[in-house]
Amino acid sequence: MQDLISIFVKSIFVENMVFAYFLGMCSFLAVSKSVKTATGLGIAVIFVLVVTLPVNYILYEYVLKPGALAWLDPSYANLDLSFLSFIIFIAVVASITQLVEMIVEKFTPGLYSSLGIFLPLIAVNCAILGGSLFMQERGYETLAQATTYALGSGIGWALAIISLAAIREKLKYSNVPKPLRGLGITFIMVGLMGLAFMSFMGIKL
Amino acid sequence: MDKKIYIDPLFRKNPVTVLVLGICSSLAVTVKVEPALVMALSVTIVTGFANLIMSLLRNTIPNRIRIIVQLVVVAMLVILVDQILKAYSYEVSKQLSVFVGLIITNCIIMGRIEAFALGNKPFPSLIDGLANGAGYGMILVIISVLRELFGSGTIYGFQIIPLSWYAKNGGFYYNNGLMILPPMALILIGLFIWVQRSFDKDLQEK
Repeated sequence: MQDLISIFVKSIFVENMVFAYFLGMCSFLAVSKSVKTATGLGIAVIFVLVVTLPVNYILYEYVLKPGALAWLDPSYANLDLSFLSFIIFIAVVASITQLVEMIVEKFTPGLYSSLGIFLPLIAVNCAILGGSLFMQERGYETLAQATTYALGSGIGWALAIISLAAIREKLKYSNVPKPLRGLGITFIMVGLMGLAFMSFMGIKL
Repeated sequence: MDKKIYIDPLFRKNPVTVLVLGICSSLAVTVKVEPALVMALSVTIVTGFANLIMSLLRNTIPNRIRIIVQLVVVAMLVILVDQILKAYSYEVSKQLSVFVGLIITNCIIMGRIEAFALGNKPFPSLIDGLANGAGYGMILVIISVLRELFGSGTIYGFQIIPLSWYAKNGGFYYNNGLMILPPMALILIGLFIWVQRSFDKDLQEK
């Protein structure tokens, strides 16, 4: 249990997807103009991460890992399919976002109207694929750890985008030098937020 | 052929500083020049060939499934790049870690396929892809040169700042540790945009 809590806290603060690894930057910068849409996208990212990462974890453990197919037949023990992981992961992410979109549209139209536009966008969000790739690289041991990591990093991402959106809403009223307006100042602000987040890096868990 | 196809992506329509595409995987690899160069080269190759292949296939793919076809084509190219990197420069491949895989979701590639390759002939598409990759690579190299020079005192592993300047050798100079930290890449790109937009007033936002 303790390891789960430490993974959870670590993935939100210490190894924040945005500030430590720059994942999901494209939509992070594009969709952070108002807090409302940022919240919508943040929730959608948490949702998709929590659904796709366990699926990818199971696929990796039982199909792709070197020697993972041994449960099927002992003669497959030498097989290493890990070079296929990119294409399998992205296919899983793309199809699950499609599936989630259809399910949400069918059963909860209210949620669909607020999340709907973001779901197709998420298929190509680096944070989702990045989550799966980090899961593969760090070699989480159990399904519970992988799911906790997904939840934590999703919340970390959502936290980052909502706070950036809040700052950008305030920023409208300040007098920024003309060439720096819009994109430039946003970059610098994200950098400063990243510096602030670095204070969590000293935490040893 | 129109000159704009290969000039614009370098400056006025630079994918990183103007179109804000492909920031995701670009910033984390700019601590040193070497991984940045490798990354720039990989992205250029993938963008060029993805554009070429999608342009050849553009009249045969039904519109509804094009995203998944694009992802498969790009993923295939990235797997090739990843395997080649692992075979010939394992050290750099380890440094880049997950960011090679993340080329798949690099928005530049999808963006150029959607915006250009699906509506143009194969050869201009190839050029457009390569030029956009080069525009991205240019930013990467500029940022990484600055970060490595001020952060570690070297460029591409060669010592630039004289060793006798350093405080530990009795000099006055310290490396700027801030440059190595991830947030500095963002601030540097912000400053770069500032410089670019002061020269090119049309790019300024209201």
